[in-house]
Amino acid sequence: MGEFKVHRVRFFDYMPSAIRTMAFNSQTERLAVARADGAVEIFNFNDNFFQEKVIPGQDGRATEALCWVGHRLFSAGLNGEITEYDLENLRPQYTVDAYGGPIWTISSNSQGTQLAVGCEDGTVKIFAILEERIQFQRNLNRHKGRIISLCWHPSSAQIAAGMTDMIKIFDAETGHATRRLLVDRAMGASKNKEVVVWSVGYLSDHTIISGDSAGKVQIWNGLTGTLVRTYLVTKWDVLSLVINASQDESSVIAGTSEGTVIQFQFISSTVDQHDKEWVRTRTFRNHSHDVSALAHTDTAVVSGGMDTQLVVRPLLDKVEKNTQESALRKIAFPHRSLVGCAKKAGLLLFQFPDRLELWKLGESEGHVCLMYPYFVCRFLQGEDHICCSALSACGGWLAYSTVSSVRLYRIQYNNTISINKVSKLPKELRSVHQLCFSSDSSKLFASSCQSSVIVVAVSQQECRYLHTLKHKTGEWKARMHLLCASDDGKWLATANTDCEIHIYNLHKMKLHCMVPVYNSCPTTIAIHPVTNNLISVHADQQIFEFSLVQKEYTQWSRRLQAQGLLSLWLERDTPITHITFNPKNPDHIILHDTYMFCIIDQSLPFPELNAVLWNQMTLKSLPVSQRIGQSHAFKICKSFQHLMCVSLLEDLSLVVVERPLLDIMSQLPAPVRQKKFAT
Amino acid sequence: MVEHGDIRVVHCGGSKINFRDPVITHDSRFLLCASGEAVKVFSTSTEECIHELRGHTGLVTGVLLRPSNHLQVYSSSLDGTLRLWDFTDGILIKTCVIGYPIYSFYASDKHENVIFIVASMPSDKRRFQLVAVHLPQSGDQMVEAQELSAVLSGVNPNPAAIAFGRGGEFIASVNDLQWSLEGGWNTFTCVACHPKDDCIATGHEDGKIRLWRNFNHKKEYTYSTLHWHHSTVSSLCFTPEGTNLLSGGVESVLVQWRYNQESERDFLPRLGGAITHITVSPDGSLFCTSHSDNKITIIQSCVKVSAVIQGLVKGDIRTDLMMDPRSKALVLNGKPGHLQFYSLQRDKLLYNLDIVQQEYIHESGLQQFEVVKAAFDASGSWLATVEERHQKAAELELNLKLWAFDEQTQSFVLNTTISAPHDAQITAMCFCQPTDSQTTLLVSTSKDGHFKAWQLAAPAHTEDEGPSWLCDFVSAYHGLVPECCSFSADGSLLAVVFQEVVTVWSPSTWELLTTLSQPPGAVSDLCFGRLSCSKYLLGTTASNLLCWNLLTCSLEWTTSMDVRRLVADPLSENMAAFCYQSGSTDLFVFKPSEPRPLFSHKAVCSGKVTQAVFAPREEMLESCEESSQWLNRSQLYFLTQQMDLMTFTTKAEEDRLLASSKQVSSSHWFSMTPFYLLLGKHRQQQQEHQDSDSSLWAERTALPQTSASMKELLQTPAHVLPSTSYLCSMFVQSLLISVSDARSEKAHAEEEMESEKEEEDSEEEMESSRSKPELAAAAATESDTPALTKAQARELRRVRKLDHSWLAGLLDS
Repeated sequence: MGEFKVHRVRFFDYMPSAIRTMAFNSQTERLAVARADGAVEIFNFNDNFFQEKVIPGQDGRATEALCWVGHRLFSAGLNGEITEYDLENLRPQYTVDAYGGPIWTISSNSQGTQLAVGCEDGTVKIFAILEERIQFQRNLNRHKGRIISLCWHPSSAQIAAGMTDMIKIFDAETGHATRRLLVDRAMGASKNKEVVVWSVGYLSDHTIISGDSAGKVQIWNGLTGTLVRTYLVTKWDVLSLVINASQDESSVIAGTSEGTVIQFQFISSTVDQHDKEWVRTRTFRNHSHDVSALAHTDTAVVSGGMDTQLVVRPLLDKVEKNTQESALRKIAFPHRSLVGCAKKAGLLLFQFPDRLELWKLGESEGHVCLMYPYFVCRFLQGEDHICCSALSACGGWLAYSTVSSVRLYRIQYNNTISINKVSKLPKELRSVHQLCFSSDSSKLFASSCQSSVIVVAVSQQECRYLHTLKHKTGEWKARMHLLCASDDGKWLATANTDCEIHIYNLHKMKLHCMVPVYNSCPTTIAIHPVTNNLISVHADQQIFEFSLVQKEYTQWSRRLQAQGLLSLWLERDTPITHITFNPKNPDHIILHDTYMFCIIDQSLPFPELNAVLWNQMTLKSLPVSQRIGQSHAFKICKSFQHLMCVSLLEDLSLVVVERPLLDIMSQLPAPVRQKKFAT
Repeated sequence: MVEHGDIRVVHCGGSKINFRDPVITHDSRFLLCASGEAVKVFSTSTEECIHELRGHTGLVTGVLLRPSNHLQVYSSSLDGTLRLWDFTDGILIKTCVIGYPIYSFYASDKHENVIFIVASMPSDKRRFQLVAVHLPQSGDQMVEAQELSAVLSGVNPNPAAIAFGRGGEFIASVNDLQWSLEGGWNTFTCVACHPKDDCIATGHEDGKIRLWRNFNHKKEYTYSTLHWHHSTVSSLCFTPEGTNLLSGGVESVLVQWRYNQESERDFLPRLGGAITHITVSPDGSLFCTSHSDNKITIIQSCVKVSAVIQGLVKGDIRTDLMMDPRSKALVLNGKPGHLQFYSLQRDKLLYNLDIVQQEYIHESGLQQFEVVKAAFDASGSWLATVEERHQKAAELELNLKLWAFDEQTQSFVLNTTISAPHDAQITAMCFCQPTDSQTTLLVSTSKDGHFKAWQLAAPAHTEDEGPSWLCDFVSAYHGLVPECCSFSADGSLLAVVFQEVVTVWSPSTWELLTTLSQPPGAVSDLCFGRLSCSKYLLGTTASNLLCWNLLTCSLEWTTSMDVRRLVADPLSENMAAFCYQSGSTDLFVFKPSEPRPLFSHKAVCSGKVTQAVFAPREEMLESCEESSQWLNRSQLYFLTQQMDLMTFTTKAEEDRLLASSKQVSSSHWFSMTPFYLLLGKHRQQQQEHQDSDSSLWAERTALPQTSASMKELLQTPAHVLPSTSYLCSMFVQSLLISVSDARSEKAHAEEEMESEKEEEDSEEEMESSRSKPELAAAAATESDTPALTKAQARELRRVRKLDHSWLAGLLDS
């Protein structure tokens, strides 16, 4: 495995933003998550919960509610606008002002023809969903007080609206309020304190379920307007409530501000009886803070909130026990690399939503520290958030992109640092998804919205557009989310969210070949500097090696597929986000995910499928003969945790960028309540 | 070897009453619980044991009401039989022989004449299966069950691990399987089924309760978690209507959860020891919790503890077994920090004496004060106790407390507390038993190498209340550790063992008189001979029993045996030695002056016997057989390794007991005491008027128990009674309560009448003016029949005897 000098970097104070709301699309199995900074992330639940899209946020865009209509995603926020997103180019497509003040909630009817929004001024506005846009249709009868929550009846004939102190049922046709359900104020608290119905659900049997700020989950009969049952769930707020609408509506989950998620189920009390009732069943305690967003898939409860983590908790009665499917998942970090590393210059580039930070790594001799790592500079970005960034290997060039523009900087070190913005960029470089420098820093590759790669030559004098690489003429929409140039400057590999990997020959400036499509999205790709083999790791943890010259999978890759990866590897729940190679030993591939980094030695045999991985200490204690017998291709190191990046510099020192979850937790505000023993 | 034909080793009560969950009868008047080889029937209102259902020859492993007849009860035992009893009359109705040891058993309404038993698998004794037994329908007393069919295999023998749901529609069984989802201790510990809904409640080792629903579909089951307990949930029980769920654990808090509104819960804290079982009466009015300290608490409507049935606490016995010279009760440490006084004759705990006087926290792993040593002086007027606490290995906290018996309150009152009397643990303690002098002397030996003598000294300051104990003398011997000490019967000699050396001191001058030594081996037990043998001093080493003659200061005789415990009979010269030999314990009873043992009994029990005591009999036995003469004056009790209290009985004694129990059982069928019966009607009226005034209730039950005269009066059939006028005066006198009992308002009115009888009644009154738990214990013994002249009593007894033989004959036929 070898020994490395390690730069253990802990000064990347990346802070994920709180999850504000989420919406699950059960047809496409995609989950949209809106964060407090306005970013929207799309997770593919069919593909190992891979975060396939990130729409960068914007200052001042506070998304309050999300809504899927078929494949279209709408959001509404406190800025009073309804936004539809362009999910291919990862940007807002258009915004429509609802003219009703801040919008608290948005909901579409089951047919997907109408969109209802609840506004601050007390109106429920109905928008018609047209092909390319939405159009205001009419207002329902206006009432005093803001509309906090909305839910359509599955028949689209009624809308239940949660307000302060009451729930109203509107007839969607006439717009009149047909029923008014008064919600009790909190027991014990002062009578003047209003109770806010944070969330409301409307079942097809006209049962209304509400969650309110007094900590109650209440079940109402919507036909008669009577209260059926009250569950006092918490002393604080019930912030979110979701029905498993895609199934038989027999389960409801509610998230509270003390971090618990409570499940209610509609079950019959005895076998032979057919009348069912709602019973409080499970309680999940996976959050320390407010659970403000919830989704109920067929097999799992997905929750997120103030503590920034997305938790996927499978329901054990729906999945096979003790499988990968039944494991609890916590998604704390983005599934892409936020750290750029200049291997030759020893520079680190940290990407934040609103800024970039450039750091110089320290040096030491033995235990003597010669130079501490120091902060080089910070690039502040304005209103739009940064979607991608790149640092050239020599450290001389830095590029970043927002939704609308690309910026390129020239960095020079002569005792002092001078940073010059390259002012004249070719106009083709406008909106890009991914940036990448060639290894000799002479070219900048940018994946653009037209599903093409723009090649720009960068040099001291000028910045010149060279070529646009396109693999195919005609309609093609999938976005390239990964770019990788080979060390010798001949090859460029691109991967898109349709799971396709294309190889371009940079000498000829044309498509070389396409890697056979695998059904899981690649999470990272890299081209081997010596053998020019392409290594790709996919969201389902499979590893492939593709020979660019022979245009086929290598023998090693075939052997790996034939034998299969060991179960310990497949059961990891974070994707590999970065690959580097050891220039000293071409057999070594270094990969990492959040919880470990691994050196794959291609010269060694693969371990048995369910082999136990020995740690190095145990291996050292074994006699030599046994140790050789135990040696296999996968060397896993878990001594560094919550890794953001592992990279090997030119002087063979390893850079390990950690972001301990505890540090993130400590920066969160104090929770509403912490469970203390014996209280 | 002396023959010992008719002497038998028997269990003598004090058995566990918390072994299995008790049963409350339908009318909530009786509580039935398995206790050793018998089933005890207690009254739920008076805490009295009404009778015992005896007949099993093995440990009783379960009691269940018969579903089809709620006046009958089934009991199962390790002897492989199921027995059906009429518990009101205490009659065995039927015996059903199964043939396998029954570990627990269940019955349900839906399955008539079917009993489900848990027995070990024929193939593997450590695995168990649930077997359905079809009870044969025949009128015979003794039937054999042939129709057996296995229902479930691989079940847990713990009765809490299986429950029948909804009147027997389904069976819920939990195993030790680790059911790991969130990690941690999710092992199932107990299970309960909702009586109406399809809901199973399970308790777990991590303190959680899970309510499982929807389990009749293969995978769609769901559960909710209730979490209040911090340690293992040991018992769960639904109320009969299913509105509440009761749970309990080591916290000794009864938690009542509202079914379907689990956030609302009620607590009943500070119930004593850890809760082991919870049961609810069929009408739901009474809850009943069994505790690890051998106690059953009866709770009315989840708010009020109405009765406590306390058995002998035999958890971790640190003190010796002792006899209280006054109450003739067995004394040993019981509840944490308490000494318990247990009446052996009546198999009933008299009272607990709080030694430590600190709140005990029921949590494992806490180091708290424990009573480790106690000693009585000969007259029973002084009690010395030692309590200690190990904070860490180095820090030992020790207190020596001396208690004086207070005639006024009839209990022990703390006189002196000596904190840190020694630097290390106290190994032995004994009082001087002087016959002539007034001074009482206490000697304590400790691992710090010293022994100290403590004496009651006059107060130094006049404002002091009374005399207190002071250290009188400290001595050591060559830096050796003293192991035990003993005073001679007349108090003129003190023998202290320093490992291998026995030193003999004169307590009056504190002069070392002589040393006796018999290497090799440290002397572990020391005993002076009594009466005619008082010149002998006996000691035991690991391999030998030694006897020194104190006149010649030489070794008189020695035998090679591994004596674990040597006890002297205080009333005779006899000594009993328990020797451990190849896995079991042998008993030898001998006189130090005689070479041959009076009695010997091979293998009285398996394991070691480390605790034994001679208890003086209340009335002498007139046995003429040589081998059983040693049992005439006192009875020998010992504790086995399994913490069973055993004793020796002669055949004659057993016959006598059997005869008397037969008489009682036929006439004593009612649950209440006669006193209750008399006033019962009156009280019912009162309660109608002022709905159950609790203070009044407490007062009523606190009234002194019936005297023998009352018993005679009420139990004798009317047609054989003397005329009412003849009995009236006796009866009224027996009802009188002394002035000293401050609680009784009646006493004032009857003061004058009282004064006439004061002298005669004095003993009884003393009993009744004791603290409350003791009061119950002071109930009628044969001796306190003051109102009856001897002749009258004899007459009455004769009359009763006559009648009963007749009645018994009728019953037998």
